[in-house]
Amino acid sequence: MSAPLPNSYRSGPDERGHFGEYGGRYVAETLMPLVLELDRAYREARNDSAFQSQLNGLLKHYVGRPSALYFAERLTEHLGGAKIYLKREDLNHTGAHKINNCLGQILLARRMGKTRIIAETGAGQHGVATATVAARFGLPCVVYMGAVDIDRQKPNVFRMHLLGAEVRSVTSGSRTLKDAMNEALRDWVANVHDTFYIIGSAAGPHPYPEMVRDFQCVIGNETRAQIREAESRLPDLVVACVGGGSNAIGMFHPFLDDREVEIHGVEAAGEGADTARHAATLSRGAPGVLHGARSYLLQNGDGQVLEAHSISAGLDYPGVGPEHSWLKDRGRVQYFSATDKDALEAFQLLSKLEGIIPALEPSHALAHVMRIAPEMAKNKIIVVTLSGRGDKDVFTVANALGASI
Amino acid sequence: MSRIARRFAELKRAGRSAFVPFVTAGDPDAATSAAILKQLPSSGADLIELGVPFSDPMADGPAIQASSLRALNAGMTVPGVFELVRAFRRSDKDTPIVLMGYFNPIHRYDTSCFVKEAAEAGVDGLIVVDLPPEEDEVLRGPACDRDLDIIRLATPTSHDERLAVILNGASGFLYYVSVSGVTGTKALAEEEVRGAVARVKAKTDLPVAVGFGIKTAEQAQAVAGFADAVVVGSAIVTCIAEGAEAQKSSGAIAQDAIAFCATLAQAIHAAGREGHDMVAP
Repeated sequence: MSAPLPNSYRSGPDERGHFGEYGGRYVAETLMPLVLELDRAYREARNDSAFQSQLNGLLKHYVGRPSALYFAERLTEHLGGAKIYLKREDLNHTGAHKINNCLGQILLARRMGKTRIIAETGAGQHGVATATVAARFGLPCVVYMGAVDIDRQKPNVFRMHLLGAEVRSVTSGSRTLKDAMNEALRDWVANVHDTFYIIGSAAGPHPYPEMVRDFQCVIGNETRAQIREAESRLPDLVVACVGGGSNAIGMFHPFLDDREVEIHGVEAAGEGADTARHAATLSRGAPGVLHGARSYLLQNGDGQVLEAHSISAGLDYPGVGPEHSWLKDRGRVQYFSATDKDALEAFQLLSKLEGIIPALEPSHALAHVMRIAPEMAKNKIIVVTLSGRGDKDVFTVANALGASI
Repeated sequence: MSRIARRFAELKRAGRSAFVPFVTAGDPDAATSAAILKQLPSSGADLIELGVPFSDPMADGPAIQASSLRALNAGMTVPGVFELVRAFRRSDKDTPIVLMGYFNPIHRYDTSCFVKEAAEAGVDGLIVVDLPPEEDEVLRGPACDRDLDIIRLATPTSHDERLAVILNGASGFLYYVSVSGVTGTKALAEEEVRGAVARVKAKTDLPVAVGFGIKTAEQAQAVAGFADAVVVGSAIVTCIAEGAEAQKSSGAIAQDAIAFCATLAQAIHAAGREGHDMVAP
């Protein structure tokens, strides 16, 4: 017995933030009134044309949107199959897709009269983007970052300092993104009256997964228009990397009802999805509740959250946005994984063939494309989100390749 | 009548406030934890809050985070928590035990199974920190079937409209979180909490317990003047941590914790209750 197919894959979540059995609001009672207030404020802002036009103006003149959709000619030739287009979120101001969401949320924070900004960060891209918009709007900003991530993403830590943000090192738990999020939630509970929490992933309690998705949908909406202009049709396959899943849901969502478009998310398999050291939440996790939502989660049999592992700090998260869990169960999106090694190879290949140094996060998506593009006909079209640039990763990659710089 | 209702009725007759110690199950290890639990009633504990350790305790400050970690590192599990409760019930049939924790371990165990086994072990109520009324239906059904109370939390951010949502379906007692913050970090502002408790009590007949931010016997006594129950957690857990760090014996760690609890209990039980006539024992 199966439930009837929905008319649309784009109608979620319901008013309580549920995507099927996923999502929701699993937060401490102290935060509930704030989360409900945020929901109301977001719905008002979304329907306010002044809010939208201010956001669009900033996306154009501050971020540099629309980002290019670039035909990767030499990569396509090298792989010998489908045509590969890169959605160049790496060209955005601050070097990744994260800024799209941060601008939306800080405008909302100002609307709500909040005077202090907090955020969590893994790779530091969301921290940098948050520090950037906080600087732009003159608001004090505290970024929580795991001690392990601070160590492997030093350039981004320094960037946040330059932008005037305070970076607080998180030494609890696995000292990575999940712990930074715990600490940001603790800060929020203690500073409910003046503080706005800018969550960077399409995760957290409702309305965050929906709100972050909406702000990131600019990626997919632009891509639809751009590929139609370039190829006079929609792509056959859309691919993006999935950690918490914000760039992926932003790319996927506008294509969900185009049944002819296949959609693949790529998680980090770390040292291998069959080892204990990976971050393949959707492929290897089980439904659970963490950070405000029900979603797939890496956990042991007793419900304790496991530490994730990936060479890419941005994918090193044991949870995933709830809408991805729903899309996986519905079968609309297929989720794959790529290992650290696969990602390193893709990182180098794109650098050499296209003169584009990708971040390690989208290198996972590229690794998947490298596997499947050769098996696809030459008239097929793949679009992959290049969610960020690799400048921040050169030390990590050099280290992994045994080079000293 | 449930153990919780019976206990609060007794306290009301005696005209005093309840002392509710919080300890994390399995902290610093199962044997010490069992020894502490067993002696808590004799220290003056009227109810016991037993923390179910979780890897990501978002609403807790450093002291309880560390206690969770100690318990998990020493191998505590959900079945281990039930075993501690069963052992406690062999020597105490009257002191209510409320499990306090986060939803994921319950969800993972299977919510219905968790409730069934908790009730069978002798648990009387559940406080699930990250399960607000909007999401707790999944727990309320099974808990109702087993006469397990679902204890809801109210906070300084709970305005009247929100309070109505919280009270609708609350049972056992209401837990008033006295500070906006995580456990054990901020000191509570007594006058504000007094006003808040009065506001809550005007809307419910449930007993009101106050917790978060109560660290000393003096604070506990002050709160006992206007609340039906006083919860102390981080300060007790810190006492256990100090013993564990000093590598004291299991017996010595338990002894220290129990001695500290006894001073808290005395202070709470000596408090004059507003609106209650003191009844001579």
